[in-house]
Amino acid sequence: MFEKALKGNKYYWMWLAFLGFFIAVGVVSYLRQYFFGLSLTGMTRDVSWGIYIAQFTFLVGVAAGGVMLVLPYYIHNFKAFGRITILGEFLAIAALLMCMMFIMADLGQPLRALNVILHPTPHSMLFWDMCVLWGYLILNALCGWVILTAERKQVAPPKWIYFFVYLSIPFAISIHTVTAMLYCGLPGRHFWLSAIIAPRFLASAFAAGPALIVVMALILKRVANFDAGKEAIDKMVTIITYAAITNMFFLGMEFFVGYYSDIPGHKHSLQYLFFGLEHHGHVYNNLVPFMWGFVILFLVGIGLITHPYTRRKNDLWLGIGCASIFIAFWLDKGIGFVLAGFLPTPVHEIVEYYPNINEIFVTAGVWATGFFILTVLYKVALGVEHEVEA
Amino acid sequence: MDTNRRNFLKVAGISTLAGLGGTTIVNRLVAGVDEAHAAAPAGSGVERKTSETIRYGLVIDIKKFHQDPSLGEKAVNACHQIHNVPKFPEKRDEIKWIWMTNFENAFVESPNLYQDEANQTHQLPILCNHCDNPPCVRVCPTKATYRYEDGIVGMDYHRCIGCRFCMAACPYGSRSFNWRDPQAYIENINRDYPARTRGVVEKCNFCVERVQAGLQPACVEAVGDSKALVFGNLKDPHSEIRQILKEKQTIQRNPSLGTIPSVFYIV
Repeated sequence: MFEKALKGNKYYWMWLAFLGFFIAVGVVSYLRQYFFGLSLTGMTRDVSWGIYIAQFTFLVGVAAGGVMLVLPYYIHNFKAFGRITILGEFLAIAALLMCMMFIMADLGQPLRALNVILHPTPHSMLFWDMCVLWGYLILNALCGWVILTAERKQVAPPKWIYFFVYLSIPFAISIHTVTAMLYCGLPGRHFWLSAIIAPRFLASAFAAGPALIVVMALILKRVANFDAGKEAIDKMVTIITYAAITNMFFLGMEFFVGYYSDIPGHKHSLQYLFFGLEHHGHVYNNLVPFMWGFVILFLVGIGLITHPYTRRKNDLWLGIGCASIFIAFWLDKGIGFVLAGFLPTPVHEIVEYYPNINEIFVTAGVWATGFFILTVLYKVALGVEHEVEA
Repeated sequence: MDTNRRNFLKVAGISTLAGLGGTTIVNRLVAGVDEAHAAAPAGSGVERKTSETIRYGLVIDIKKFHQDPSLGEKAVNACHQIHNVPKFPEKRDEIKWIWMTNFENAFVESPNLYQDEANQTHQLPILCNHCDNPPCVRVCPTKATYRYEDGIVGMDYHRCIGCRFCMAACPYGSRSFNWRDPQAYIENINRDYPARTRGVVEKCNFCVERVQAGLQPACVEAVGDSKALVFGNLKDPHSEIRQILKEKQTIQRNPSLGTIPSVFYIV
């Protein structure tokens, strides 16, 4: 089926070339980092994870978000999602590949990565994260491919594939739960040490993932003559609305626990993120603009996707609303959450993190690679749809 | 191929796979259970072997470091020299195994608006606590950091993949990472201890290589007879360290986290 990706109009090739440029920059930047070391990033012994791991965390959510299409379609027989579940499955594949690239980019000794398999360590959550991420990737590739092939041949998918489709649902939940467990099981990191982290991750994932799919579907409607259908889009927007509000509710609970109990450890990171943390006469606040950006974009987004006019009458406003939600939750989880967890340090110092330009290029390169893969996969999927229609 | 034959082959194939994979998994689980029985209560599921007779510990007398500030420098230099700890020009690359810090930084669980003068003006050494229940060992995905039977938490620099999960997990900030190749920044290389490559984590190893050869840790040796640092076996009721712990009141860093450090401070 891959031959479908080899035929496209000039905009298709220009888009791929545009992404290719960033991929090339990313590869060169990664090689610099590989040969010099992670000193080419903004990370230090105090803030020892940076934007790589933050992107990884966010993208696991995007991958898990695809289940919000699979579940209603296969469990509740919500027929309107029939045409677009493949978009969710292929988005999960692209997002998971980005996750793995970010992990590899973050490793100090990437060539030793196989040690995780050679010396399996069940008490490490990273071991389980590897298992569920690979499992979910394989499940999505398998289900997506088999069902698309069946559609192309215009036959019903083989029965055995449904076992794997149903299995992929708990796997989607598990990838983000285990990713949350990387953080919420660490003693002494108070911001992460919260039982709400996994639920909050899932809530923001079930908003951000579908939000990206809606944006994609609206773009495909314009550029690829593919209509996901009004009912499907409308249902997804409902899902995004509830998930996004749930995420904000959980965040609100974090604020209540921190500020009402008034226990410093529970407040510090929130204070640092949203208001700036004062320490020995200096206020550290380099993430404050991002976090207020997150709150404002959330409000803008939720307004646009709930108001009847912008939601149903105008694709552009709906697209902007969903994009706002996606970017808002990226600011929250793809920047704030990971970085703030390190502050204050275990010896109560504040060391702020600023990404290095090389690190930003690598990050952009991985995102571009992900969108390149996504474009190719969507091209294949839509090629099959169009072939069947014709 | 008729259906019966096909089904037979399917079943046979699956049972073989299950047999091959299944027994290994069962064996592993059973082995894990055995070790869990032998070990102390470990809620985190870390399998481990613990010596009944040896657990190394260190007592740090803060007052002695106040009285003679040069002791701290001696201990830090001796350690960093012997273990080829590099000195980088940029602070963000910094690697340290043992270093001097303020009381309020070492004991973040004991804030005090009206701290005594000595603790305000003087510093004390901090290092890896060689916890009895080490979070770093729990999170390491490759067992590159592990607990010896005698309680020392060690590092395998050749197995570490550099994921830095242990650095996020350590509630004491004891771990450092080789952000770049350290070779050029080691002042006088000690050929008896491995220098590290870039991309791996390192930390104080309680001088396991010296202790197992019957020597005292380098920092303890460096402070000489001052008794500012006393190293010994916590499981031997007649050891010097146990005598000190019996006589003097000591405190530990972040005790509420349940890591059970092996390093004690006399305030």
